[in-house]
Amino acid sequence: MSTSTQDNASAYWSENLRIIMTYLSVWFVVSFVAGILFVDQLNAIPFFGFPLGFWIDQQGAIFVYVALIWMYVVSMNKLDEKYDVHE
Amino acid sequence: MSLDLLTYIFIGGSFALYIGIAIWARAGSTKEFYVAGGGVHPIANGMATAADWMSAASFISLAGLVSFIGRDGAAYLMGWTGGYVLLAMLLAPYLRKFGKFTVPDFVGDRYYSTTARVIAVVCTIVISFTYVAGQMRGVGIVFSRYLHVDINTGVIIGMAIVFFYAVLGGMKGITYTQVAQYCVLILAFMVPAIFMSMQITGHFLPQVGLGATLDSGLSVLATLDKLSVDLGFAEYTSGQKSTIDIFCLTAALMAGTAGLPHVIVRFFTVPRVKDARTSAGWALIFIAILYTTVPGVAGFGRVNLIETINGTDATDVGTEYAQMPQWFKNWENAGLLGWHDYNGDGKVQYSAGAAFEGGKPAYDGDVRGSHGERAVTNAKVNPTAAAGAPFANEVYVDRDIMVLANPEIAQLPNWVIALVAAGAVAAALSTAAGLLLVISTAIAHDLMKTCINPNISEKQELMYARLAAIVAICIAGYFGINPPGFVAQVVALAFGLASSSVFPVIVMGIFNKRMNKEGAIAGMIVGLGSTMAYMIYFTFMGGSKDDLFLGISTGGFGFVGMILNFIVAYVVCMMTPPPPAEIQEMVEGIRVPRGAGVAHAH
Repeated sequence: MSTSTQDNASAYWSENLRIIMTYLSVWFVVSFVAGILFVDQLNAIPFFGFPLGFWIDQQGAIFVYVALIWMYVVSMNKLDEKYDVHE
Repeated sequence: MSLDLLTYIFIGGSFALYIGIAIWARAGSTKEFYVAGGGVHPIANGMATAADWMSAASFISLAGLVSFIGRDGAAYLMGWTGGYVLLAMLLAPYLRKFGKFTVPDFVGDRYYSTTARVIAVVCTIVISFTYVAGQMRGVGIVFSRYLHVDINTGVIIGMAIVFFYAVLGGMKGITYTQVAQYCVLILAFMVPAIFMSMQITGHFLPQVGLGATLDSGLSVLATLDKLSVDLGFAEYTSGQKSTIDIFCLTAALMAGTAGLPHVIVRFFTVPRVKDARTSAGWALIFIAILYTTVPGVAGFGRVNLIETINGTDATDVGTEYAQMPQWFKNWENAGLLGWHDYNGDGKVQYSAGAAFEGGKPAYDGDVRGSHGERAVTNAKVNPTAAAGAPFANEVYVDRDIMVLANPEIAQLPNWVIALVAAGAVAAALSTAAGLLLVISTAIAHDLMKTCINPNISEKQELMYARLAAIVAICIAGYFGINPPGFVAQVVALAFGLASSSVFPVIVMGIFNKRMNKEGAIAGMIVGLGSTMAYMIYFTFMGGSKDDLFLGISTGGFGFVGMILNFIVAYVVCMMTPPPPAEIQEMVEGIRVPRGAGVAHAH
């Protein structure tokens, strides 16, 4: 591997890590902070007939997961093109 | 048409479809047998992953579980879907780039160690066997309830079908059958859910219907809260378990989901790294359709159940046994419902608290009581109302009947009931097939070919794989006919093991170039050992609940095991030499997508 491709690869990798960290923090906040740690406080807020905490717990979080994976797919496809490592 | 005939048509028709697909998609090479030739379209793979993943537990048991434990059920809803985020971002693309057949392949190569490979093989086999036992049982329940054959015959029929397409078609056959099975199971789950949502709330989507307001002016959830509290149950929308326990359980289920070998291996079947990511996205969409419907089914089912048994008249609670609808008697005959008339008024009454000594009803053969109900031998001598309940509970309702009985409780047409039966069988068979394939691959490829005798030809390897699948099916069938009395705990064990061993070892292998074999092996042993010891001590050796570590139940301990694994691996790794240069180069290679196709020329 030449130096320039190696630099390219490590720049790609660190940007990849940043993307993963961003999405996983959303994942963590929704599932664990909102869905578990502060669920009782959020339950005081009504949301289309659901207590908000309960809704996040049983439905909302799942919608967020789907969105997160697809946003990740789009980000990574762009990143692959940017660093010219796509197939 | 009668229900029996319809059920035969639906189940028979779906079986004919699966067998047809299996014949069409026979596997000719080991690559086709293990990873379907690596050329599966991401959407097809997403559907297959969804069917593979959604087992009898998701289809039959999950809604019942949520229905009876209320908000705490969210640990399962989030845990079994949130794991896909981890899978998509931390594992799937890199493992696809790595480009071999199995999880032990990765562990063995990345940690340049036969010991590590063997530990991974053992984990894979233990996890998959514990899981498959529950599936065969699910098939048996459906057959015995709807086709009036006994459970054992049901299990044997199920074994024969799986045998046919898993052994013949390998991964290729399984993948395309799973696509068909997904369609059957999702239809079977959604149709009754939509019917019930329309009946109760007038909303088409169960996801929205659960938040709707009823004629009484209360929302569905507020009605459930009120009904529950009136009968002495806990409020439906508030949690009962401690926050730390729910936190650990959710985390362990997520990491466990991402670490289950039969799910991971599905991502080896797509052509490119990009497709592995997309495929995870599709899989979660297909899974989310069912999972976001579950809370609705759970809620509507519970309201229906309580109102059918107790009636809607608050002063005259209960329904005369003779007036109970047929489903009640059917499920009583199947052994999943029980009633004893404690107050002698001839009416069935349901409230909080166990109806029978030791929980489940023990029947006195087919002896009938004075109202025609099945007599039980473990009725309580001095029944008392549970704390908060207005009267003593007279009914035992098994959680597992919720989804299967829902269409009958809601008085839906017979074809819906038949469809649900076919869906439950599809859910159980698709998961069983995926697991059996992983077991046979682990034995033929990881043990025979890689560890014991690398010189066997491809033909011989394929033969070993098929032999291993046959043995695995027989063992799974044995567990289905003679189920261990602790299926639920055993499945918790599978997730605990996956989250404390497989998940961390793969993540470290990808994200930490410095991680060496000493660290990985030490980490796996500590994670696995601590989790197994904890679960065995508290489940089978009578460990007292007061001694639980920070009050974390056995299901959640896999998360603690995972943390221990990470810590031990890191410390040991820092004290031992780094991995050889070619391993570090290999890790750099799997981090970059380009070139995944090279390993698999088409």
